[in-house]
Amino acid sequence: MISCKNLTKIYRNGEVETIALNNVSFEIAKDEFVSIIGPSGSGKSTLMHILGALDNPTSGEYFLDNREVSKLNDDELSELRKNKIGFVFQSFNLLPRTTVLRNVMLPLLYTKTTSQERLLRAKECLRYAGMEENKFQNLSNQLSGGQMQRVAIARALINNPSIILADEPTGNLDTKTSRIVMEALQELNKKGHTIILITHEIDVANYANRIIHVRDGKIEKDTRK
Amino acid sequence: MFSDLFNETIWSLMGNKVRSGLTILGIVISIASVITMVSIGQGAQKSIEDRIQSIGSNLIMISPGAQKSGILMGGQGGAQTLTVSDVEAIQNEAQGISGVAPEVSNRYQITAKENNTNTRVVGTSSDYAEVRNIEIDLGTFLSDQHAKKSSKVAVIGPTTRNDLFGEGIDPLGKVIKINNVDFEVIGLTVSKGGSGFNNADDVIYIPLNTFGHFLSNSEYVSSINVVAESQDTMFLAQEQITEILRRHKIEDPTKANFSITNQTDIISTASDITGTMTLLLSSIAGISLLVGGIGIMNMMLTTVTERTREIGLRKAVGIKKAYINLQFLTEAVMLTFIGGAMGVFLGWIASLIIPKFSESLSTEISLSSIFLAFGVSAGVGVVFGFYPARRAANLSPIEALRYE
Repeated sequence: MISCKNLTKIYRNGEVETIALNNVSFEIAKDEFVSIIGPSGSGKSTLMHILGALDNPTSGEYFLDNREVSKLNDDELSELRKNKIGFVFQSFNLLPRTTVLRNVMLPLLYTKTTSQERLLRAKECLRYAGMEENKFQNLSNQLSGGQMQRVAIARALINNPSIILADEPTGNLDTKTSRIVMEALQELNKKGHTIILITHEIDVANYANRIIHVRDGKIEKDTRK
Repeated sequence: MFSDLFNETIWSLMGNKVRSGLTILGIVISIASVITMVSIGQGAQKSIEDRIQSIGSNLIMISPGAQKSGILMGGQGGAQTLTVSDVEAIQNEAQGISGVAPEVSNRYQITAKENNTNTRVVGTSSDYAEVRNIEIDLGTFLSDQHAKKSSKVAVIGPTTRNDLFGEGIDPLGKVIKINNVDFEVIGLTVSKGGSGFNNADDVIYIPLNTFGHFLSNSEYVSSINVVAESQDTMFLAQEQITEILRRHKIEDPTKANFSITNQTDIISTASDITGTMTLLLSSIAGISLLVGGIGIMNMMLTTVTERTREIGLRKAVGIKKAYINLQFLTEAVMLTFIGGAMGVFLGWIASLIIPKFSESLSTEISLSSIFLAFGVSAGVGVVFGFYPARRAANLSPIEALRYE
C-alpha cells in the first residue's frame, strides 16, 4: 500500500545543509502496525511528515495506494490527507474551548455530509476510541491527557482513512494512560487499519508487529515479530 | 458549504468572547470617535456661518477713513467724516436700498432708581433692527417718529435690564438716566447671547438725533449700515452711495476719506475661516482614523498569529487553503461590520447627546464622516484580519503546527 523509493530530504538553512533522510526505501502493506523508532534528529519525524503528505521529499518517490504523492500540489495534498490519512499528534492539537464532538467533526467540514451524518459518525468514532459517552459535550480543555488523545484518535478515524499516523502519541502521557492509548491503537489495527507509529521509546514501539529503526537519516534495522 | 462557513465563523467568534469583544471595542471606539469629532467640528463650522449670517444680509457698511494730521495717518475709521447729513442724503437719494442704519456709540454711566451700570449707548435709526437682526421681546424698537422728534426714548438689552432693574422685571415705561438725561424705556430686545465688550445684550439703543443733541453734541456718526433691496441691487447701491458721499465730502475722488465694505467681503472672509476649519477637521479625523486603524490592525495581527497552530491543524486534517482563507475573511468582515455598526450607532448617539451637556457645543452629523470612518476601519480590519491568515494558510502544516 505504501511504497517509498530512495526518499531523500535535505533542509537548507542559509549555507548549512542538513540531510534529514538519505536514500530511504521501504514498503508497508495494508493492515500492518509499524513502529518507526529512532533517537531525536534521526529523521523519523521528517519521514512521518512525508508519509503523512504534510511535506514533499527533496528527491525520491512515495506511492500511496499506487498514487505518486511527491508530485501533488498543495490542494491535492490536502485532499489526500483528508481521505487517506488520520493524524494523532503528541500534543493532541485539539481546538481549544471547543466541544469534543465538534473537534472530532473538524475534518468533515466543507464535505458533502449532512450534520446528522457527521454527528452520527463522530459519536461512533468516539465510542470506537473508547471515549465515555457523558464527555461528548465537554470542552476540550476540560479533559485529561488520555481523554484528549482518545478524542484525537476519534478525529483521525472520522474519514475512515487507509493509514493512521501517530507521532509520539504517548509523549505527553503517563505510563498508565500510555498503555490505554497504545491498546486502543492495537485494537484499531486488529479491526483492519494500517497504523504507523513514530516514537523514540522501545516500550511503545513494541506494541507494533514491525519495527523500523532509523538513525542518521537511514534505515538501520527492519524487524518483524 | 456556506452553512459550514457561517457555523465555523460564529463558533470561532463566540468561542473566544474576550478576543472578539476587544477587537469589536477597538473598531467601535475608533469609528465612534471619528464620527463624534467630525460632528462637533461641523457643528462649530455651522454655528460660525450662522453667526455671520445673523449680522444681516445684503449689508453695505460705510466707515470713515483714516484721520490725517500732517503726514501722520490714524487708524481706519478713526476720522470723524461721516455726518447725519450724509445719512439723510443716502436715505433720500440712493436707489436700490431698503434701509439705512447709521450708528454712533459711546459708553456712559447709566442710572436707574437704585442701580447704575456702565454700558454702550448706540444712537441709530429705526432700520437698525432690520439691518442687525435685532428682535424685540417687549415693547417696540425705535421708530421714525422718535428720530424726527429727537425723543428721549431707549430700547435696552436684557443684560442691561438685569443690571438696572433685576432679572425678569418688565422695564417698559421706566426712566433711566444717561449722562444725567432722563430717557423712557420703550423696548427690550431678545437675548442674542455673547459676552465681553461688544455684548449684543448689554446695550442701549436711542435715536440718532437724540444722541447728537443730548449726549455727544456733534453731528458725526461712526458708521452707516445700508441694506440693499437684494443681492442684485447691491452693486448699484454701492456705486450710488460712493457718488453721493464723494459729492459731499471731497474734491479729489482718489483720496476718498471713507471706505465701503459689503457682505460679499464678509462672506469671502467667512469662507476662508470655514476652509481652515475644514482642514482642521480633516486632520483631526485623519489622525483618529490612523490611530484607530493601527489599533484594529494590532488586534487582528495578534489574533491571527495566535491562531497559526489552529490554521496548521485545519490544514493537516485536509481542509483546503481556500476554505481556511474564506473563514478568516468572513470572521474579519463580521467583526468589522458588527463593530462598525455599533460604532456608527454610538457616534450618532454621542453627537446627539453632547449638545445637551454643553450649550456652547453644537453638533452636525455628516454622512461622509460615517462612510469614511466605517470604510477605513472595515478596510483595515479586513486586510489585516485576512492577510496574515492567508500567509499562515500558505505555510506548510508542520510549520504552522510548530508555530509558537
